[in-house]
Order: sequence, then structure tokens, then C-alpha cells
Amino acid sequence: MPHEIVTTERLACSYRAGRVLEDVSITVAAGDYVGVVGPNGSGKSTLVQALIGLVPISAGTASLFGVPSGSFAEWGRIGYLPQSLRLLNPMFPATVAETVALGLLSLKRFPRRLTRHDRDRVAATLEGLGVHDLRHKMIGELSGGQQQRVLLARALVNDPELLILDEPTAALDPETRERFYELIAEMNRLRGVTVLLVTHDAGAIGRHATKMLYLDKRVIFYGSFEEFCGSEEMSTIFGAHSQHLMCHRH
Amino acid sequence: MNLPEILSYGFIQRALLAGTLIAVLCSVLGVFLVLRRLSLIGDGLAHVTFGSAAIALALKLYSAASLLVSLPVVLLASLGILKLTEKARLSGDAAIGIVSSLGISAGIILASVGGGYNVDLLGYLFGNILSITQEEVAIAAGLFCLVLALLALFFNDLFAITFSEELARVSGIRTNVINAVLVLLTALSVVLAMKLVGIMLISALLILPAASALQLARSFKACILLAALQGGFSVVAGIFVSFVTNLPTSATVVLINLALFGCAFLARRLINPKNGN
Repeated sequence: MPHEIVTTERLACSYRAGRVLEDVSITVAAGDYVGVVGPNGSGKSTLVQALIGLVPISAGTASLFGVPSGSFAEWGRIGYLPQSLRLLNPMFPATVAETVALGLLSLKRFPRRLTRHDRDRVAATLEGLGVHDLRHKMIGELSGGQQQRVLLARALVNDPELLILDEPTAALDPETRERFYELIAEMNRLRGVTVLLVTHDAGAIGRHATKMLYLDKRVIFYGSFEEFCGSEEMSTIFGAHSQHLMCHRH
Repeated sequence: MNLPEILSYGFIQRALLAGTLIAVLCSVLGVFLVLRRLSLIGDGLAHVTFGSAAIALALKLYSAASLLVSLPVVLLASLGILKLTEKARLSGDAAIGIVSSLGISAGIILASVGGGYNVDLLGYLFGNILSITQEEVAIAAGLFCLVLALLALFFNDLFAITFSEELARVSGIRTNVINAVLVLLTALSVVLAMKLVGIMLISALLILPAASALQLARSFKACILLAALQGGFSVVAGIFVSFVTNLPTSATVVLINLALFGCAFLARRLINPKNGN
């Protein structure tokens, strides 16, 4: 039986405006590729941010690798990639290599010195993602797709067991987006990386993910895409037409 | 008067040594502050230093002895800015504004109660690096070594929170601790820089070398190095120019920094016109 990477029990999160997430109980096993979908304001990003401590939990529990998220400290086991546009200051004077090397700090203890071996690791990760020729370029000078690959390299350079992606393709064109999804699927398939992907793109989930979590402040559906498409209950909730539209893109 | 003759003066030697050390510190810290949109923290802490200087003068503590009051007061104020940002749901600029107005108003009231403004207090407004004492040079050198050592120790953590506080947290970096380190180092440097450029111009020393470096640097480390070079050069050039032309040193240092920023800005537009907006 595969071990549990992420577990939530009756998880709830609130902002000033009120509760954005409630009663979320899910388990993500090692090797799963979970696509988190739902309408705007459904709590998708809040869920993943609560898991990694960026958003406080107001009720229930969350665990990473069996450790309650509040006391989790093995950050080297996680790779995190948020929306690039939210993150990047175009004037920031960092090269691609410097940016990717930041991902290794999660494996280091104070004073977090980077070694020659670390630089080789950065080069190998960039090579693996096909962006090695960009290593001396400034991050702000790259296209949206290139920036996202570099930030993915930053998330992967520490060889994480769990990759959390929060709407990583929001700023990308459809072709680059598809290539990005394929890359993530490859990481999952070949390296066994567990993936938690927040996206608006239910079709991509169908093509690549092994599980689908549909949120609308609470869990509406959690299971395989095939189960979702064949579920009469989902047909009742979404209407047969909407369900068909989502599944038709599969 | 030729160069060897100018360099033979003890007060010039002291000003060059202390001024370069202080300017290098401010310039390096400035890169982190500008990128974190905390540029005006220097202004805020300078105003607090003004208040603390008024307290020191009221207690009859002058020159190096005034640091006994200024250092703890400004260090506390810097942590106050951080706490206001975290606890009072205020943005950094609003927190800086509150602490800044507290410092300047306390200074004005203390000066007024103590018999009005005097020459010593006005010295804090505009700085006077040429009057720096041997004792103050020694303190500046000691604090320079301390701040530089801490910067080297925390460099990657500071780089990470400057790039993205969110990603730094998910890398296990205690961002509240590193933020505190950054503002405490800035507070130490601001107290030192008061003698060099004074309250009115302290922000220039924190912002301009960093702003110039951001125009030209092709990596983060290069940005730090360029800012430090400009800061050091501007003080050396500013001391010589002001001595020869009999202009105020602090304003001359700032004008040289402004000229260098203009050159860096134009150079970037010439090198990379597409990136000129």
C-alpha cells in the first residue's frame, strides 16, 4: 500500500470575508498526480497554501509526510511553484542559475552555503528541462514560458518527493501550456514525483492527472477523471451538458 | 593644493576611511531595501536618530558617546516598524511614516524644551564627515566588520526573501527572523551614516547606488558589487571635490551619486534600448 504524502481531516480556512474552505478531507498517496479544479473563489489555492503554511488553518488538520503541517520542517522534500506573474519583479537582477540555486536552500542548514556540487546540480536540472542555454540570462528578460520552466527548475532542483503547483500555466499560451503539462506528467511517471496541481483547465487534468479534486469551498468530487465522467451524481450536480463539456476535452 | 597635500590632513584621512566603510554598507543594504520596496526605511530611521540625538544632547552626550543613546533607540524603532507591519496590518511605508513622525516630533520637542535648536543638532540634519573623530572612525570600522560579517552569514537567506518571501518560507527560511536581521543591519548603518550625510540625505545613500546598480547589473552578486563600488567611489570623490571647491560634503556626495545614476540609466538605454522603458 503506497504511503500517504498529504492528508487533510475536516480542514477549514477563513479570511476576513468568511470561510473559504470547509470540511476538506482528502488523502494523496505517493505517486499520485492530483488535479485540483473548481470555479474562481472555490478555495483551490487556499488549500495548497494551507498545506505549506502560507495560509493559516482555522479548523481541522493537515499533514505532510505524516507530520502536522504546523510542525513540518523537511522542506527539501517539497517543490512549490506559484503563478509566475504574481512572483516576478521584472527588474530583479538575478540570473537563471542564481534563481534555480535558491531552490537548494531548503536542503541547507544555516548559513546555507552553496557549493560547486550545488552549481553542477543546478546545471543538470536546467539541462533536463532544456533551458541550460539560458543560465546566464536575467530572469526578467525571459518569455512567460521560459520563466515558468526556470521556476519549475527551481522547484525541482532539490529533487522533491511532492511537487505543488498553484495555477502554474495561467500566463501561458495554449501550446506552451500543453508542453508544460506534459513535462509535469513525465516527472510524475518517470521520477515518481507526487503532484498536486491547481488549475482551471479540467481538460488537462483528464489528459494527465490520475486523480481529480473538484472543490467549491468543500469537496464536490475526489476520484479518477473516468469516475467523474461516469458519475450520475456529478451529472446531477453539474448538469449533463457541463459534465459532457468537461469530459469531452479528455 | 595637490592630492598628497590633501591626503596629509588627518581629518581627510579619517573622513575617507569612515565615509567609505559607511557608504559601502549602506549601498549593499540598499540593494535589498530597494528590491523589497523598503527604500524609505532609511528616512524613517534617520528621523528617529534625530530624536535620539536630541535625547543624547539633553543628556550632554556628544560625538561617539551619543551612539550610546542612538544605537539602542534606532534598533528598537526598526523592530517597531516590522511589528507595525506584521501586527497592525499596515503596509511598510505607513509603518515607516508612523515611526518617522514619532522620531522627528520627539526630536523637535526635546530640542525646544532644551532651549531651541543648536549647532550640534543641526549637524545631524546635514552631516559633517570632516569633523569625524578618531573614536568615531574606530566605532565605524567595528560596526562595518560586524554588519559585513552578518551580511555574509545571512546572504543567501536575504537573497531568497528579496526574490520572493513566499518561496523563501516554503524553503524553510524563517522570514520574520531574516526581515528583522535586515532592518537591524539597516538601523546600525543609518546611525553610522548620520555623520556622513545627515538626516536629509540618508535615503540617497541607501537608494542611489542600488538604483544605479540595478540599471547595469547582470546578476545579483554583480548588483551588490556595483552598488558597493558606487557608494565607496562617491564618498571618496565627494570628499575631494567638496574640499577643493569648499562645498558641503554631504550634498556633494549625493550629487555625485545622482550623476552616476544618470550615467547608469543612459548606459542601460544605450546598451539595451528595448529594455529602456
